[in-house]
Amino acid sequence: MTAVRSTPGSRVLRDIAPLLAGAAAILAWRAIIALGNYPPYILPAPEQVLGRFISAWGDGTIGPHATRTLVEVVLGFGLGAGLALIVGYALARLPLAERVLSPYIVAAQATPILALAPLLALWFGPGILAKVVICALIVFFPVAISTMVGIRAVDARLLELARSLRATRRQVVLTLEIPAALPSIFGGLRVGVTLAVVGAIVGEWAGADRGLGLLVNLARGSLFDIPLLFATLLTIALLGIVLYALVVLVERTLVGTR
Amino acid sequence: MIEMKPPQARSPILELADVAVSFGVGGGQRVTALDGVDLAVKRGEVVALIGPNGSGKSTLLRVVAGLLPADRGRVMFQGGAITAPDPRIGLVFQEPRLLPWRTTAANVAYPLELAGVPAAERAARTEAALHTVGLQEAAARIPSQLSGGMRQRAALARSLALEPELLLLDEPFSAVDELTRERLNLELLDIAARRGATVVVVTHSVQEAIFLADRVAVLSPRPGRVVADIAVALPRPRSLADLDAAVVGAAAQAIRSHLREAAA
Repeated sequence: MTAVRSTPGSRVLRDIAPLLAGAAAILAWRAIIALGNYPPYILPAPEQVLGRFISAWGDGTIGPHATRTLVEVVLGFGLGAGLALIVGYALARLPLAERVLSPYIVAAQATPILALAPLLALWFGPGILAKVVICALIVFFPVAISTMVGIRAVDARLLELARSLRATRRQVVLTLEIPAALPSIFGGLRVGVTLAVVGAIVGEWAGADRGLGLLVNLARGSLFDIPLLFATLLTIALLGIVLYALVVLVERTLVGTR
Repeated sequence: MIEMKPPQARSPILELADVAVSFGVGGGQRVTALDGVDLAVKRGEVVALIGPNGSGKSTLLRVVAGLLPADRGRVMFQGGAITAPDPRIGLVFQEPRLLPWRTTAANVAYPLELAGVPAAERAARTEAALHTVGLQEAAARIPSQLSGGMRQRAALARSLALEPELLLLDEPFSAVDELTRERLNLELLDIAARRGATVVVVTHSVQEAIFLADRVAVLSPRPGRVVADIAVALPRPRSLADLDAAVVGAAAQAIRSHLREAAA
């Protein structure tokens, strides 16, 4: 994009390109329905989904479930990312911590969350706690690894500078290591926040009294309201996009243009 | 702050006696970087350390800066042994080492921040340091928006912010072009003279050593030690034109012959 001189026309094109792609997808969606002649309970039309999306938000069908999922994602993300920052730092700076912890962290990550979710639902019940734990688990790995990589990559010459200025350990962490590692840490947070949404839905799927994952089950099952199922999926996708955008916004504020 | 006493009467601010330093290089092997270094620097003096690559010039500077312990010998600053970095000693590295996410002003303020200097005083001292190196205009810019010369100037301002009595410079302008280097060297002399600061500067350029220093200490190849200590009889303040003077030729010849001897 930088190689080509940016004319006003190309800038407009760049801005509306995502919208054009969406419009193309919706056209393809309509074309599939027209060609395959599918009934709404297999593949509802885009306008049906949009209509149901609006009505379900309007009559409070989606709202409470979305709120629950949002709370789970935010709490789980906060908990998992917070722990991951501490553990990631320890992995980077304490050789013993890396030797002791890394095989177990990798093993925990290699175990599918889908397989763990029923167990966690059994332990922590159908409420919010099990989902927060699942979200935290799924967020932990990318953030811990990106923190470790980011801290390890801090320029040794800057560390020597800090030492020559008699910086305390705490000062080194706060004024040097964390700011230097932020771009890498935010890479992990971006991955983590989208995974947190997945974690919440998987957790709700395994047993919940409320949440978008439950609503997917209800819409497909007892309600048999396939447009509502699509409207719920749309809500989940939007939730992911908004949270991701928030992380990017915080990143822009903290990291800026270096 | 102009010292009126003749140089001979001043007592050394920095004194190194029989200093030896070695490094572990892996596999249980050690390399001796410095062995038996003697050097005394008087208050207000500018001393250049010159030597071939690997003679331990930078290592010597790190020992004085308190970043590296000596295996043997004495390293004394104002009568006290140097065992750790000291706020009275400022160090300018070969590279600017600016924090890329901080503005020039915030980089210069960094040592003051670490030392717990109150915000108001910090701002005043930062501004003064930026003024000294002529970087007021660039205060709000980040390092990636500065030229190489400006970055090294910012690094110099950072080390001046703590108002050190002894300034150590490790080939500070080696990464900038020659014209900029000459200008920065002139500015450095001016700053040192105005502050009455003592300066130890590492260089591998004979010309630069003569231009900057009152005395040039010549280091031998590894293990490094001071093999010659040559006085430069150029009056101050100096200008680039002084580099053509006859004393320069004589001093350069003396330094080069010692460098050759040491290498042989």
